[in-house]
Amino acid sequence: MGRDYGVPVPVGYRQTTAGRIGVVLRWIALVIGAVLFLLPFYLLVRNGLATQGELSARDWSLFPRSLHWSNFADVFDSDEVPLLRSLWNSVVVAVLQTVGQVFLCSLAGYGLARIPYRHANKVLYAVIASLMVPTAVTFVPSFVVVSSLGWISDLRGLVVPGLFSALNVFLFRQYFLDFPVELEEAGRLDGLNRWGVFWRVVVPNCGGFFAAIAVIDFIGSWNQFLWPLIIGQDESSWTVQVALSTLLSSQNPKINLLFAAAAVSILPIVLVFVVLQRYLVRGVTETGLRG
Amino acid sequence: MKGTTRAFWLFVGPFLIGLALFTFVPIGWSAYLSLFEARNTVTPTVFLGLKNYADMLTDDAFLRSLGTFLAFAVFIVPLTFVLSLALAMAVNQIGVARAFFRSVFFLPFACSYVVASLVWKMSLFSGVETGVANKVLAVFGGDPIAWTGTVDPPWYWLVLVTARLWLQLGFYMILFIAALQRIPDHLYEAAWTDGASPGWQTFRYITWPQLRGATVAVLTLNLINAFQAFDEFYNILGDSRGYPPFARPPLVYLYYTSLGSGGQDLGRGSAGAMILTVIIAAVTLLQGRVFRFGRA
Repeated sequence: MGRDYGVPVPVGYRQTTAGRIGVVLRWIALVIGAVLFLLPFYLLVRNGLATQGELSARDWSLFPRSLHWSNFADVFDSDEVPLLRSLWNSVVVAVLQTVGQVFLCSLAGYGLARIPYRHANKVLYAVIASLMVPTAVTFVPSFVVVSSLGWISDLRGLVVPGLFSALNVFLFRQYFLDFPVELEEAGRLDGLNRWGVFWRVVVPNCGGFFAAIAVIDFIGSWNQFLWPLIIGQDESSWTVQVALSTLLSSQNPKINLLFAAAAVSILPIVLVFVVLQRYLVRGVTETGLRG
Repeated sequence: MKGTTRAFWLFVGPFLIGLALFTFVPIGWSAYLSLFEARNTVTPTVFLGLKNYADMLTDDAFLRSLGTFLAFAVFIVPLTFVLSLALAMAVNQIGVARAFFRSVFFLPFACSYVVASLVWKMSLFSGVETGVANKVLAVFGGDPIAWTGTVDPPWYWLVLVTARLWLQLGFYMILFIAALQRIPDHLYEAAWTDGASPGWQTFRYITWPQLRGATVAVLTLNLINAFQAFDEFYNILGDSRGYPPFARPPLVYLYYTSLGSGGQDLGRGSAGAMILTVIIAAVTLLQGRVFRFGRA
């Protein structure tokens, strides 16, 4: 890692004709690609600043003549969709789920990696076996369990079932296996028990990895749709994704406000993305290539 | 109890209880429900044996949903693979502005499927003349197309596939970039010494074989994710009149069967979930075996 080019070329190759053509083609492709990739974000904001009439007018154009910033105030007042309430729900769900998941899964991953126990292997097999069953396929059975707990349209129903990620336990375990044992032994010599070693020695030394997992969890939790759609049956328990979806499929939605609301909804994640991209890239690599 | 045993359960216990309650219990309960008539109830009394399974496996709509998944996968898996690898190679070889391009292509990963569906349905591929795609068509003298509303030809596939490509290409690109950076320089140097030309030959004989692990990961993840497609189908094709009868992938079908407004049939829904679980587990095991066989 950390070298300049993923696929190196011989010295001087870029000065040959073939090398030059390659560079030019690459630039053209990347610039076109970048414009296409940014276009949807642009449309989101552009349409969020338009009037309702403008969006259905024949002379709609890529570059607006006037910007209606008041849309962003109106969207919070609109009684069609409880945007503030649903944003709040999303924040609560995403924060609780991220913190809870990292907490539970790191503990379990550490236990499986480091604590000798006769049946540890069987437990590990159970975790790996559950990896083969994607959560989305079990949404009907999970719904059955959650509804019999009385957790429909309830914060607990939104948060708790998502806390137990076998994938994260597996990733934490793999990571802790490579943690230097000497550091832990030094902690034991200082009189710490296993719990103390984990919190005082292991966790402070694995900040980057915890951050990577947390960022992935947070984005996943904020953007999830199917589960909140099933559980959030009352308007008061909608997350922002459910609220947007409901508005999108309603009769005659105010499209400009819908775009404004959607732009507001991705703002927290875009911030997380920009600030924590380093950890995000690491998290994606870990979950994708190890999992 | 021994000290280490207690410590083990202290660390692993809380997670394991949750895993049991929200993964294993649901699967067991679902297996139980799938043998009963369970409409609007989770404590059924009428035992049906395997009838729900027989119903599902002979239900045209259920089989069509598997067909819909296959059609989707045929487009999305190869396109994602080729394009994300191409993006990774291009981004990785650009000198200046590499971080910028990587961020731009990765940024949609932060966007939800719901928001992307909104942009695709209401703006990019809006059926009215003012939709971006129709504006582009008009430049070339084409008539506007109702992208999400036409079955023949099924333009909605273009909408669904491009939306997912936009959302996930960056993710797979990051995986490929990481894999590309792990290929040791000396392999390339050795190849040039042996007379391989940069470009196709080094790609064919060095880069491609070295990417094997990433290739398997990308294909597997992509296929499993495609199998679970729900969000963009639901939000792009559904509207105030409900969901059209076509283009229902397995999860959309299951959603409407077991939880939709027309009566909750949890017995058949559970049978369907069981069948899908078996399919996914079989595919996971099979691909693991297939890819391992090829390894020397």
